[in-house]
Amino acid sequence: MGLLSSTVSITRYTVDGKIKEPILETVATGLKKHTITDIDDNVADKAVGWTSFENPFKPDFEGSTFVFGTLMLFSLRVDKKAIPAQIVKKYQTLEVARRIAETKRDHLSRNEKKLIKEAIINKLCLKVPATPNIYDIIWHYEASSLWFFTNLKTANEELETLFSKTFKINLIRLFPYTCAELAAELTSAEKNALNQLTPTSFRE
Amino acid sequence: MLDVSVAYNRYKFVGHEFLTWLWFIIETEPSRLRKLDPELLNLQVGNRIVLENIAHDKVENITIKGDDAGLEEGRLALRKGAVVTELNMEYKSGDHLWRFTVKGESLNISGLKPPESGNVESKEDIEGAVLEKVYLYEKVITLLDKLYQVFIKIRLDNQWPQTIVPKIKNWIHSIK
Repeated sequence: MGLLSSTVSITRYTVDGKIKEPILETVATGLKKHTITDIDDNVADKAVGWTSFENPFKPDFEGSTFVFGTLMLFSLRVDKKAIPAQIVKKYQTLEVARRIAETKRDHLSRNEKKLIKEAIINKLCLKVPATPNIYDIIWHYEASSLWFFTNLKTANEELETLFSKTFKINLIRLFPYTCAELAAELTSAEKNALNQLTPTSFRE
Repeated sequence: MLDVSVAYNRYKFVGHEFLTWLWFIIETEPSRLRKLDPELLNLQVGNRIVLENIAHDKVENITIKGDDAGLEEGRLALRKGAVVTELNMEYKSGDHLWRFTVKGESLNISGLKPPESGNVESKEDIEGAVLEKVYLYEKVITLLDKLYQVFIKIRLDNQWPQTIVPKIKNWIHSIK
């Protein structure tokens, strides 16, 4: 579900820190350095990187293409190749049988079977195209706030890791505790109370 | 500040109490919501509520769905000690309607359907469409932030056990 979809999901973050000035140049450099690379003709089974909002299959961060008004807008792309386990099993079984016949042995060692399996996965990875998943991001730089347009746990974890690697600052996910601690302007007495809070029972 | 992964699990209950309180406010003090958002015409429970009841180390989840989700079954669950873990809401401001769901443990927003906005017919329309959508999403996010700020201040104050909890209990148990 992208930002312009009719229905969206949003996970919110606080950006913990500021990046080096000039901001737009630093962001563009980071986005370019960690742009998604295509793995369709590659043995890799997964790739994670930044891509352009307007052209997610041909990323371009030249100029200020990711700036919309006072916002920065780009996307996280996660490409994955899904190879069904049954297909791997089929080719592994055939290859093991062929090797046994060829070497006239009773069986192959566990390590030999493992190497065969890896070789088969690599071979299949070259044939299977990766499925792209694209998640949009709005970064309100002045407000140190970021919206990520999915609630998927794995996508959120990929975002947090790549953001920190790219910009050398961390994202803090906003949930009940962090919303209170970071966004509710609590006094020190209230912060103490928050640290000691226990659940309420509404039973009579 | 506590470690984020520890804090997430430890403070899930605060998000559940927030949604339970919010349902109570929607039902009993809607005028209070208008003070937070002068443009608000109405905020009401939508078509889905998820509740959770933990008793004797067993977790029971109750999902109530449908256009008249409401609410009796939900209140009955509250009476048995459940709290709200997910709340679907309808928010009206001016001529516009937003629908969305908030999950208590994460405060994540899902299924957010903002009012209709202009179609994107050419590349030149994209920037305007993005800014319009952002404005529409921001309305909901700002409202939620304000509601949570009000809640957390009350929750951390003595008025929570002394005044608010008795009122919520009274609301829960007064419903036939």
